[in-house]
Amino acid sequence: MMKARKFFAEHIFPPLLGLGMFVLVWGMVTQTSENLPGPMKTWDSAVVLFSDPFYQNGPNDQGIGWNVLNSLGRVGIGFSLAALIGIPLGFMIGRFNFLNKMTSPIVSMLRPVSPLAWLPIGLLVFNASNPAAIWVIFISSIWPMIINTAMGVRQLPQDYLNVARVLNLSEWKIFTRILFPATLPYMLTGIRLAIGTAWLVIVAAEMLTGGVGIGFWVWDEWNNLNVEHIIIAIFIVGIVGLLLETMLVRIAKRFSY
Amino acid sequence: MKSYVQIENVQMSFSTRQGEFVALKDIDLKIERGEFITLIGHSGCGKSTLLNLIAGLLLPTDGVMLCADREIAGPGPDRGVVFQNHSLLPWLTCFDNVYLAVERVFGATEDKALLRQRTKEALALVHLSHAEQKYPHEISGGMKQRVGIARALSMQPRVLLMDEPFGALDALTRAHLQDELMKIVAATNSTVVMVTHDVDEAVLLSDRIVMMTNGPAATIGEILTVDLPKPRNRLALATDARYHALRGGVLEFLYQKQAKEAA
Ligand SMILES: Nc1ncnc2c1ncn2[C@@H]1O[C@H](COP(=O)(O)OP(=O)(O)OP(=O)(O)O)[C@@H](O)[C@H]1O
Ligand SMILES: [Mg+2]
Repeated sequence: MMKARKFFAEHIFPPLLGLGMFVLVWGMVTQTSENLPGPMKTWDSAVVLFSDPFYQNGPNDQGIGWNVLNSLGRVGIGFSLAALIGIPLGFMIGRFNFLNKMTSPIVSMLRPVSPLAWLPIGLLVFNASNPAAIWVIFISSIWPMIINTAMGVRQLPQDYLNVARVLNLSEWKIFTRILFPATLPYMLTGIRLAIGTAWLVIVAAEMLTGGVGIGFWVWDEWNNLNVEHIIIAIFIVGIVGLLLETMLVRIAKRFSY
Repeated sequence: MKSYVQIENVQMSFSTRQGEFVALKDIDLKIERGEFITLIGHSGCGKSTLLNLIAGLLLPTDGVMLCADREIAGPGPDRGVVFQNHSLLPWLTCFDNVYLAVERVFGATEDKALLRQRTKEALALVHLSHAEQKYPHEISGGMKQRVGIARALSMQPRVLLMDEPFGALDALTRAHLQDELMKIVAATNSTVVMVTHDVDEAVLLSDRIVMMTNGPAATIGEILTVDLPKPRNRLALATDARYHALRGGVLEFLYQKQAKEAA
């Protein structure tokens, strides 16, 4: 009984209080403005929206569920392609100093560029908005994967390499038994950062490219002046991002030695 | 008869930011098959460097190093190494850590069942059969060190090289592992080179104690032959006059001839 109470006081009450105050401040601020909807109005609108998340009325009017799934799909494809190329590249850059010196100026120069700057290139090359959005996701998530994987390889303790040398292991065994497992936590950090950025970027990219997706949906609702929906979209983006992050933290925890 | 390990006129220098640093100079040492050698000397004198040279992890800047009449050109499974900090791979179980070594040495000639049996035997030798499926972070420091020893022994190396294998352990565990090591070495008739800081350990285990002068440019100061009969018993030795004379010899070398101001 005491324990449950303590748990409530320490872990449940503070976040509830925070959320409560957030909603309260939101309500007070919107009292004075006629354009911004308050919590109640937004809630009512959300109930309607989520009562039928998967309706389809033609290409430009689909349920919120479809929009979120489409965005996630784009992120998934762009992100997987980036992992497919970025992680092996990171391994090679980490293992071979020559390659590291060769690529480091390019990586350092391109990494700080806003991913959206790559959108026109994508539109030009692919001539379609969907692959262009995927391209932007690809570009934004490849850097953290390359950099973190390479860092993991470079930070491999000399001890482990000495074990490999004393046992005279083959390159393949070194990779599967030492290099890969030792680098895995760094790789997962890269993946986590990458998926965070990718999810940030997709909303902006879709605003520009259109199509079905949460980003375009926000833009569309702005054109309809449906501000409740925009606020709902902000919550959805936040919650989905949080779920993605939590999922990857869970996975990463399993692989920390 | 030729010695098993021959070190002739070996010099080892490292290139550092301050220029050439001569760590070892004029090292001459012959080790016979089945001999137990300990290297003792003050911290930083070059004990690990000498051990790593024999292991082949370092190559000498000058001189000749032979093992079984072949030049030591790099590390190899014929020289098993027990590292100072055990160096187990944290993502492999104790079993898999040892299996990795067994597989490398015997994988080409033996089938899986035999390899597994060898692994089990090596772990049984250090009394760790119950911890086979545990991960290194789940076992104590002394147990990790024993897995490291099992890994080295499982390869049936011609020479067992140990860098302060018991350095980080408490006195009780250390005594226990020393006793086990003596039994294992007696049973397998291994050739052992072991680095230690501990005078009692050196006298208890060695056939010969190689005492090194202080660096830089350290070399072998004296070699003390320990002619106490084997098997040795630490309790019996405690009252043995010869044991105390030998111990006194090492202490005199370390604290009089090579006295060092407290670092
Ligand atoms: N890679 C290296 N580069 C430069 N100097 C080195 C290198 N390795 C060792 N040394 C130097 O060589 C000397 C001997 O080092 P070593 O590690 O062999 O000492 P040690 O006798 O094992 O000491 P300890 O008992 O503290 O382990 C030291 O002065 C050390 O600074
Ligand atoms: Mg040392």
